[in-house]
Amino acid sequence: MKILVCISKTPDTTAKITFTDNNTKFAETGVQFILNPYDEWYALVRAIELKEADPSAVLHLIHVGGPDADPIIRKALALGGDEAFRVNSTEPDAFFVASQIAAIARENSYDLIFTGKETIDYNGASLGGMVAELLGLPYISLATKFTLDGSRAIVNREMEGGEETDEAALPLVVSCQKGVAEQRIPNIRGIMGARAKPLKVTEPVAATVFTAIESFELPPAKAGVKLVSPDDPGELVRLLHEEAKVI
Amino acid sequence: MSVLIFLDQSAGHIKKNSLEAASYGSKLAEQLGTDAEGVVLAGNLSEDLAALGGYGLKRIHHLKNIALDQFDSQAFTHLVAGTAVSTGATVIVLSNNFNGKALAPRLSVKLEAGLVAGAIALPVTDKGFVVKKSVFSGKAFANVAIHTDKKIISLNANAFPVSKGEGTAEVIETAVASVNTGVTVTAAEQVTGEVPLSEAEIVVSGGRGLKGPENWGIVTDLAKALGAATACSRPVSDSDWRPHHEHVGQTGLTIAPNLYIAIGISGAIQHLAGVNRSKTIVVINKDPEAPFFKAADYGIVGDAFDVVPKITAAVKQLKGNA
Repeated sequence: MKILVCISKTPDTTAKITFTDNNTKFAETGVQFILNPYDEWYALVRAIELKEADPSAVLHLIHVGGPDADPIIRKALALGGDEAFRVNSTEPDAFFVASQIAAIARENSYDLIFTGKETIDYNGASLGGMVAELLGLPYISLATKFTLDGSRAIVNREMEGGEETDEAALPLVVSCQKGVAEQRIPNIRGIMGARAKPLKVTEPVAATVFTAIESFELPPAKAGVKLVSPDDPGELVRLLHEEAKVI
Repeated sequence: MSVLIFLDQSAGHIKKNSLEAASYGSKLAEQLGTDAEGVVLAGNLSEDLAALGGYGLKRIHHLKNIALDQFDSQAFTHLVAGTAVSTGATVIVLSNNFNGKALAPRLSVKLEAGLVAGAIALPVTDKGFVVKKSVFSGKAFANVAIHTDKKIISLNANAFPVSKGEGTAEVIETAVASVNTGVTVTAAEQVTGEVPLSEAEIVVSGGRGLKGPENWGIVTDLAKALGAATACSRPVSDSDWRPHHEHVGQTGLTIAPNLYIAIGISGAIQHLAGVNRSKTIVVINKDPEAPFFKAADYGIVGDAFDVVPKITAAVKQLKGNA
């Protein structure tokens, strides 16, 4: 069993979002970067659990980005995983990143490829599907539960107002969300061990770039909350009906 | 050159989010001076496809096979991409809903078409093709240029109004062979008879301030009066007071209803990430310092157990008079 987990670097959830260079770039100064929560809490932890259940399993991590991501990759390795790849590149768009991951995946023939459901910065939720299509593999998105039964995967997937259960043959690509696993904290042994694990830096393969961000905008500031007296809740209903016109 | 809209269906009916996509796609076709066509993959449908012409669709391609009643990203990609090629579509529009999130990226690769996932407005097409989308979990927008000849847009739920007029679509039904991809759906569990949270225009949500699942009556009563879906914060679903599919927030569902009413939810940044695109936010909390008030349009500082039933009564009175 060979598993690949795709990990991304994102601004911390609580980071203040501002832009520079005439609103064309995210202002990184003073921002703390983290392992994308969905990649860490769900995709990576579930992959680690699968390896714990089958110690012969091999677990690789992959990140596409610059050397500033190395501390984040080391943190992921401290949680678990045997080795990591970093494709030394910028991340111009999801298709470019997916092309890099697919190139590494082709060389290593993974049985399972996990991603988080989306990154908390660009919210594209596109990577897993693109990697699956590039590799010609089935893809199950937004998994809430993942188990293995021999060479078949049983995956619960979220849909409108409910869930469905899918059975799929391996190899398979899955995007993971809440329910798949529980967040873990790296321990000292893991952190020490991570330093010795291989982090292989490779150069990107040629790939097309489909899209480019031209500019960013912040939403218009809220006018501020209009408080209604708790003694007159009917006034709230009137405002929602006559002013906001939402009921 | 045309705009092709993927119409996602469930139990024989086109999903509301796909009707939004159809309305968006038709407007876009008008803007580009071309036709909008729909494609639906299913066995038998109870939906009257010809009537979907009212959303501006000129033709609807129904690719028919009973196996297509169950969604599979790989099989659907193969068939939708085939329709895109045969119709000469240059733009494909679909909802950024659960199935859309699995289908759009695969189509992007298959058709070598740049994808903007999570669009919130029509593209600007006077110089190039630039689509505005939501980024940083609702805290900002990005204007994304698509440089490929073919383009794919997945539209966020409730970001574009459904507009229905007169019109009849030509329905072209084609029987297609099933595609075996090694994935089978073995069970499906769906809450029926309620408004699905991801499609709801009004959402009433409860948090830890409600103290326990036995107190949820005030939330469901208000939701019922408003025709709203119910939701909850993470601690509530983690404590199993409410089902997990009701959890909205960063790790749960991201929603953008017209009206979001938060009862007894303090408004942690992780919760706001899931609801901050809601058009109007009402916060009811007894703690005046609750951070949620900063993100709210309307607020009541007060005891939910006292205030909410009174709101419900006022809503009933309003609806009764309407």
